[in-house]
Amino acid sequence: MHPEAASAREITGIIGEVPRGRHDLVIPTLQRVQATLGYIPEQVVFDLAEQVGTTPAAVFGVATFYNQFRLTAPGEHTIRVCRGTACHVKGSARILDTICRALGVASGETTRDGLFTVEEVACLGSCSIAPAVMIDDRFYGHVTAEGLVELAEAISRGGDA
Amino acid sequence: MTGELYRRWEEAGRPGHFLAWAFGNNDDAAETIRLLRRETIERPQVFVGTGTCGLASGAADVLAAFSEAAAAGTIDADIHEAGCLGFCRMEPLVEIQLPGGPGVLYGEVTPAEVPAIANTVLAGGRHDAARALLRFDDGPPIDGIDAVADHPFFRPQRRIVLSRVGRFDPDDLSAAIAREDYRGLLEALTAKTPGETVATIEASGLRGRGGGGFPTGTKWKLAAREQSDRKYVVMNADEGDPGAFMDRSVLESDPHAAIEGMALCGYAIGAAEGYIYCRAEYPLAIRRLETAIADAREAGILGENILGTGFSFDIRIKMGAGAFVCGEETALLASIEGKRGMPRPRPPYPAQSGLFGRPTVINNVESMANIGWIVSNGPEAFRAVGTPGSPGTKVFALSGKLERSGLAEVPMGISIGEIVEGIGGGSETGLALKAVQIGGPSGACVPVDLWHTAVDYDELKRIGAMMGSGGLVVMDEGTCMVDVARFFLDFTTKESCGKCTPCREGTRRMRHILEQLTTRWGDPDEGGALARFSGLIELERVARDVQKTALCGLGQTAPNPVLSTLKFFRGEYEAHLYDRRCPAGVCTALREYAIDPEACVGCGRCKKLCPANAIVGSPKKTHYIVEEKCIGCGSCADTCTFDAVTVS
Repeated sequence: MHPEAASAREITGIIGEVPRGRHDLVIPTLQRVQATLGYIPEQVVFDLAEQVGTTPAAVFGVATFYNQFRLTAPGEHTIRVCRGTACHVKGSARILDTICRALGVASGETTRDGLFTVEEVACLGSCSIAPAVMIDDRFYGHVTAEGLVELAEAISRGGDA
Repeated sequence: MTGELYRRWEEAGRPGHFLAWAFGNNDDAAETIRLLRRETIERPQVFVGTGTCGLASGAADVLAAFSEAAAAGTIDADIHEAGCLGFCRMEPLVEIQLPGGPGVLYGEVTPAEVPAIANTVLAGGRHDAARALLRFDDGPPIDGIDAVADHPFFRPQRRIVLSRVGRFDPDDLSAAIAREDYRGLLEALTAKTPGETVATIEASGLRGRGGGGFPTGTKWKLAAREQSDRKYVVMNADEGDPGAFMDRSVLESDPHAAIEGMALCGYAIGAAEGYIYCRAEYPLAIRRLETAIADAREAGILGENILGTGFSFDIRIKMGAGAFVCGEETALLASIEGKRGMPRPRPPYPAQSGLFGRPTVINNVESMANIGWIVSNGPEAFRAVGTPGSPGTKVFALSGKLERSGLAEVPMGISIGEIVEGIGGGSETGLALKAVQIGGPSGACVPVDLWHTAVDYDELKRIGAMMGSGGLVVMDEGTCMVDVARFFLDFTTKESCGKCTPCREGTRRMRHILEQLTTRWGDPDEGGALARFSGLIELERVARDVQKTALCGLGQTAPNPVLSTLKFFRGEYEAHLYDRRCPAGVCTALREYAIDPEACVGCGRCKKLCPANAIVGSPKKTHYIVEEKCIGCGSCADTCTFDAVTVS
């Protein structure tokens, strides 16, 4: 089966499991959809609203309120630059700036080749190793702007993060 | 895993309830507990700290190196994972205990060092005193290795919440019980009524550790009094304050302590359901909580009819979706119900009408992790620590420009200076320290001359700061306080939920004023001198208005970073205003860069690195900065090895 068709079926299954009226399952369901696809496609908002028995506006309101949810497909790797206080006083603004320039994107965007998405997060809770960056599921501490660019270059050369 | 103690209990034929057996008078349990507490060991034990800080510093590779060596037979030792000791600066941390000796801690261990450690310490049976950080107090002293009680990072600390962390595998229920997790729950369920349990917490004087400082016992009493078909216990693990990571560390290192607190709360107020609202940014904490809840269910600590008392309690985890405002209790409840996380006016308070309209107690992780200790040691023991108005301890997350970052649990009443200078070891950079930011976006920047202030809910309020959830970010002369205020407003502007006008518009207006102060270019109407002057006059008024009129606690405290920096660091604001200069050299748009033609060798490093392509020059010839293009990022000055870039 085509991989996209497979995940489409999976998404239909995830939404189908939600009982009518269970508005409290909207967020966990959106989280499951995003864990599967990496983002929330527009159709999911409509389908979920119908399944739960609420308006698409209510679901869309939830999906756009929380920072976690993306409405566009992310790149293959997501670089999350921590913008917490400790990281800020240790120069994370410049790290974000440098990696964005190096990859030619603004924060929140995905590179044209679809390899990287750069995001800023409010705080990764790893302040003692500031400045901190997360690439996919891995944490990096004491990051420098130049070091992060090198790391991204290594990943795009096919190396492991 | 349920672990060794549970296995022994099953082998013994499941006599009575597991908890009653584990803490009861029987040789089998006592012997296993001694083993789990490592009072008697036959083989060397190795513990690698694998909290998030440890993992980010390379602990996974260190653990793998030890495990591989053990599997290959090159070392004869048991290898375990451990939680976080809180000494984040020295991660990856490895504790090694040899038979008959104390646990000895090694810091900044690399995988490459593992064979050497295996050789000298594990095979040779002798600790490397030059390499060791400290020894724990569970064995005879070793020459040349400081005791934990003498180590400057640990000496001023008094650990209740963190009393267990870092020395056992948090995924092992038996090891947690061997270190007294769930003793309080057993005692309450067998010897106390729910009313007596509420009274115990009330008598302890415990105040909410999430920031507000509301008495926990009062909250419980209000919810216990309500009549309802259902009640809920919610643990707030949505640690959204930038600069705070205590809750993450507790959940990663001792999840059972938090679960015990929730179960005790359920028993006390008559709730059968608990929710943990944990941020999605803490994947490891969520995983460890899931394991801990599953193990507790298997062992009959959660579930139906616990200990045959008729009390039933179970816990579900709700993953937050990234919204700072969800740290506010009514917003958090809205989020669990699947709505946008927006606060609502109180009353009614959640204790009367909370989750799904039912009475609900919401406590944060650190508060919950105190409960078991209070119940098993008694409220008097708790009150003996700290100050009369703020009994107990507070865990602080120390970070920023100081020598030893990490988690410090201190008795209330200790001064800010003792924490920063004593535990934190002072400046890391050599530049003088000038302030500490306490309480995150709701808190204040406290200048050095107020560091004698005691850590106490009421004392901190007196100087215009607040306890907050426990982030302490230390700032030195290289930090610009106007920039810090702007940073927090950036944050609160983005995170304002938008429901009430004072917060939504007020934070925006304040940020705009600070942007005018910290930038040079652009529209003269926007950045002109008049706009700057009137802005600074307006700033304080807007801040006061937001403080008085915003709907929720987060909005009301959002101006605190501005007000405190205005009050204590007015000179820095004035330098930005009158002299158009940033004394700390942080506000990049106010700086001018030039290359000294005498010093430049034309290496081209700066040109290559310049993000704005503002540097021109041929190889081996002097380079120049095109002023109009320069964005003032400072990359060139950072990278130049010939000190040729001058900043003014």
